[in-house]
Amino acid sequence: MTEMLLEVKDLKIQAPKENAPPIPIVKGVSFNVKRGQVVALIGESGSGKTTIALSSLAYCKPGLEFSGGEVRLDGQDLLQMSDVQHRDIRGRRVAYLAQSAAATFNPAITIGEQVTESSVLHGILTQEGANKRAERLYRALELPDPDRMGRRYPHQVSGGQLQRLMAAMALCGKPDLMILDEPTTALDVTTQIEVLKAFKKVIREEQSAAIYVTHDLAIVAQIADHIVVLYSGRVQEQGSAEQIITRPAHNYTHRLMEAVRPPPTSVTHEEYTDKDDREKPAIVMDDVTAGYGKIVGDEPQFTILRNIDVQVDKAQVVGVIGESGCGKSTLARVAAGLLGAAKGKVVMEGKTLQPSMLKRSKDDLRKVQFVYQMADTALNPKQLIGDIIGRPLEFYLGLTGKQKRERVAELLDMVELPQEFANRYQMELSGGQKQRVNLARHLAAKPDILLCDEVTSALDSIVGDNVIKLLTRLRKKTGVSIVFITHDLSTVASFSDRIVVLYAGRVVEQGTTDQVLNPPYHPYTRLLITSVPELRIGWLEDTMQTREAAVGIARGVELTAVGCPFFNRCPLGIEDGTCEKETPAYRQPAQGHVIACHQELENVIESEEKPQMILKGYDKVGRESQLY
Amino acid sequence: MNDEKKSDIEAKQSVDTDPKAEESSSDQFEELQTAPPKQKLKLSWVGKIAVVIIAIWIVIAFAGPYIAPFHEADMIADDSFLPADKQFWLGSDYLGRDTFSRILWGARTTIGISFISTLAAYFVGITLGIAAAVKGGWTDTILSRVNDAILSLPTIMLGLIIIAALGSSIPILILTAGLIYAASVYRIARALGQDIMVADFVECARARGEGVWWIIFREVLPNCAMPLATDFGLRLVFVVLFISSLSFLGLGVQPPMSDWGSMVRENLQGLGYGSFAAIWPALAIATLTISVNLVVDDISASAGGKLAGKMV
Repeated sequence: MTEMLLEVKDLKIQAPKENAPPIPIVKGVSFNVKRGQVVALIGESGSGKTTIALSSLAYCKPGLEFSGGEVRLDGQDLLQMSDVQHRDIRGRRVAYLAQSAAATFNPAITIGEQVTESSVLHGILTQEGANKRAERLYRALELPDPDRMGRRYPHQVSGGQLQRLMAAMALCGKPDLMILDEPTTALDVTTQIEVLKAFKKVIREEQSAAIYVTHDLAIVAQIADHIVVLYSGRVQEQGSAEQIITRPAHNYTHRLMEAVRPPPTSVTHEEYTDKDDREKPAIVMDDVTAGYGKIVGDEPQFTILRNIDVQVDKAQVVGVIGESGCGKSTLARVAAGLLGAAKGKVVMEGKTLQPSMLKRSKDDLRKVQFVYQMADTALNPKQLIGDIIGRPLEFYLGLTGKQKRERVAELLDMVELPQEFANRYQMELSGGQKQRVNLARHLAAKPDILLCDEVTSALDSIVGDNVIKLLTRLRKKTGVSIVFITHDLSTVASFSDRIVVLYAGRVVEQGTTDQVLNPPYHPYTRLLITSVPELRIGWLEDTMQTREAAVGIARGVELTAVGCPFFNRCPLGIEDGTCEKETPAYRQPAQGHVIACHQELENVIESEEKPQMILKGYDKVGRESQLY
Repeated sequence: MNDEKKSDIEAKQSVDTDPKAEESSSDQFEELQTAPPKQKLKLSWVGKIAVVIIAIWIVIAFAGPYIAPFHEADMIADDSFLPADKQFWLGSDYLGRDTFSRILWGARTTIGISFISTLAAYFVGITLGIAAAVKGGWTDTILSRVNDAILSLPTIMLGLIIIAALGSSIPILILTAGLIYAASVYRIARALGQDIMVADFVECARARGEGVWWIIFREVLPNCAMPLATDFGLRLVFVVLFISSLSFLGLGVQPPMSDWGSMVRENLQGLGYGSFAAIWPALAIATLTISVNLVVDDISASAGGKLAGKMV
């Protein structure tokens, strides 16, 4: 056995075309994977990273073909093998772990059966042996209740757990090489760390080699030994993780590093509009409770938001953050009238809006625009871009003909797209371009408030970065207020004036970016901050040793009728049971700063000096929090 | 409608991705294209043959009476059930009429009636189906339950009852087939409509304050046109078989008009004498229906099999 497990030499992949020369997709890529090594392929979507990773399974996506080069697994060229030999290698020697675990698991079959299926099928293990191995893997991956995990169904576990179960599935047959295709991209920051940590541990324990495909350099820094930077089907740069992270040589690597945001810090913003104009609130949510199902009294059957008080001033950017399921999107939907509030009211410029959009006037609808997360599904595939952007102009502002066309061109210009795009369809654009069109459509209505629901989370870091820059410029140009919803704290911190932190449907803290982050008081805010990956080798280990991570990560949200919702994940819970029994009241330590926590604010910071609270590596936090 | 289907496919083909994905070798690092290359509609060789056969039948449906050697009602041959010869290419039928001419004449009746019936079924089915999907609530419940009731009855049985009550004429045949098949079109249109109604872009249009008509005509219908067009082919086949079955039972097209279904019935006794008179119209039905099916298969395969799931 050689030390080299996988050798990729001058790999070329192309898309054949009927009446035209084939389009090259991968243009001569070479790299090696040693045993026990994790190699990261990094690049934005379209760079060919997944296509290259799949070639180690000797697999090509439909519409593509191998056109040259070698992929040697233990010296044997995979590209020369027959289909029967391929079948033998796939799943047995090389395992593939897809991006979305939820889509990979069959909801009707137990987890255990699915995890063990391939290794039993390939005859590597007996069912009994496979079950044992699976159980060991559950333990190694730190899944709860490993003895009985196999008997559960996929819907009974969380998204982060499913992602880890995918890893168990891939590892069950003891493959030589594992391909991980963006396994954490769809996860919350807190869940992401948990999954990363489990992957790293298991890869080390099993001494298996892996190819890790991602666009996120900060994640790569935590897990990879060797990094290959790709752009447009070519290797731009490759080297050890340490070298790429600390001494990147290529321009493109620099560009990728820029897109990784620094840890959340508050920055001061210029004032964009007149002072007296700014002081007027653009929209106010007053004691809003909302949810789904039948409304009994003031309570819907499934309450998502409870007693929300949020105010957005004119030309202000308000960031709303929290983990998935905390009600961020619902908050925006209530403001837009897509979901009527069960209790409380939404006030715009002193006028109480109808709860449901069906009863709102055209002008009220125009002023509040809701921008969807997925531009793919929010743009009608059968309408031209020009028509999509033009419709609000015609509908709200009554523009037609030449005026409309000119305005569409202006709007395309504003979102930095060429004007010819008006004659294209949505499908002919890239992800970032679609999101720009989406923004242009909502800007066309000349809104007062733009509600952006995770508009960057489906995009690559570089593309997302560009969209944020665009939003900042648009605010400056048009004076629109922006509510920016995300689970990524550093994105929000980089450009919002105010931050609202949501947890389990409640506002746990809100204030100016400075008040919330400098220093972070609420234990949940602190957890979110610790969870943002940093572009630094060894960050993952450091973070796992902080007290926030130790208590808060790997625990789910428990919805409680009374008490603090964050109680079960809080490192600072008050012992006498106050936190468990009483819902914390809102306190105002400073003008505009609201926080819901029983703990005295001084204690949050002070307690870091108390020896009994110290966990290993704990003063790391103390040091870092002073940085903010 | 067939043409509409074709133009839809062509429209899809013509929007080709431009090969700008090729990098410009500068340090700009522009955003890379992520959209997958468009899949062209590729007909398999079987599909190509099927297209030719369908085209021939369509030509015959228009030109049949002009190119047929004899009139459909002419009892011209000396005897019934004559074998094929130079004068009567496919032999004669039980009344001594030329089988070949009757098939050419019959193409117009069979294909024409089926086509108009399918159009009627589509008009009714889509209107009600989309209305149910968009309106929801009680409209949906009532329409769907009535539809279930119609679907629960065997089509032939229902057809027999209606025609027995109203008598057989071509308009009544068309209406009957249209009504019966509207039920299954309704099902598909409603399912497709519901699927699209929950899409973000529809919600977005509603949040903008758009009215029902805009949502139906600009957001929903363009997005279900392709699957519905594909289904149109399949539905046409069912209607051809339905009309033929009715004619076979003697309730469809009345003599002396020729129709493939009734031709099979009339000449069945000839099988005993070794005559092919019943086989030729049966073959005509088979070639048409199978060809349409094959083309639909190719189309739905190029749409990624997504259509197949919705079509059942």
